Amino acid sequence: MPQIQIPSPLRQYSGKQASVDVPGNTVGEALAGLVSRHPDLKRHLYADDGKLRAFVNVYVNDEDMRYLQKEATELKDGDTISIVPSIAGGR
Amino acid sequence: MIQLSKSAYLSLRQHGEETYPHECCGVLLGRFDDIGLKTVSRVARCGNTREDSPHNRYSIDPRDLIRIQREGRERGEEIVGFYHSHPDHPAQWSSTDLAEAHWFGCSYVITSVEKGKAVLTNSFELTGTGEADKKFVDENTDVL
Repeated sequence: MPQIQIPSPLRQYSGKQASVDVPGNTVGEALAGLVSRHPDLKRHLYADDGKLRAFVNVYVNDEDMRYLQKEATELKDGDTISIVPSIAGGR
Repeated sequence: MIQLSKSAYLSLRQHGEETYPHECCGVLLGRFDDIGLKTVSRVARCGNTREDSPHNRYSIDPRDLIRIQREGRERGEEIVGFYHSHPDHPAQWSSTDLAEAHWFGCSYVITSVEKGKAVLTNSFELTGTGEADKKFVDENTDVL
């Protein structure tokens, strides 16, 4: 079963869990399962149009899902999904 | 409040001097306690992926963060914040810093580097419940 790593700012919405095991054959299914189990996460991950917020990076192991098949990226046992909000800025 | 070990404090300031006149960036590792105190025991330097505008913009590769987070977990450390420098500019957050900040509860440490020398280091905690009400709050910084 894939594991989803939850970044520290969002753990208050995932029952304080740093990682959650969620069934899913694709990234989209796993993320849907995550927000179904923890509904408060949804507004932090998704915009009103239902798309992932632009600053929310989702990696499957070490690959950005945007450069794979996005939410249709297939998962296999042992895969880790990492949710990584962007870190950026400047003067 | 944020406490930094002396080595972490010196390291992040030195990083800003080394990358001058470009912005440096990195991750602060340590622990959160139950009353909101963050203790930084180590910093992890990152590369600045904003090669198009490094003198006034920074960005950390998420793959670096995944690696740093994994290494931190193995050491019993958490990500408690991030640091970057402002070359020839005050150690104050900008509108860009706020717009691009999404790690609520974490500290954003900024060092002003003037003519290649680190001057002031300030820390700001990102507070709020989401993008609509987020703001930076000045944070007392203690160097151990």
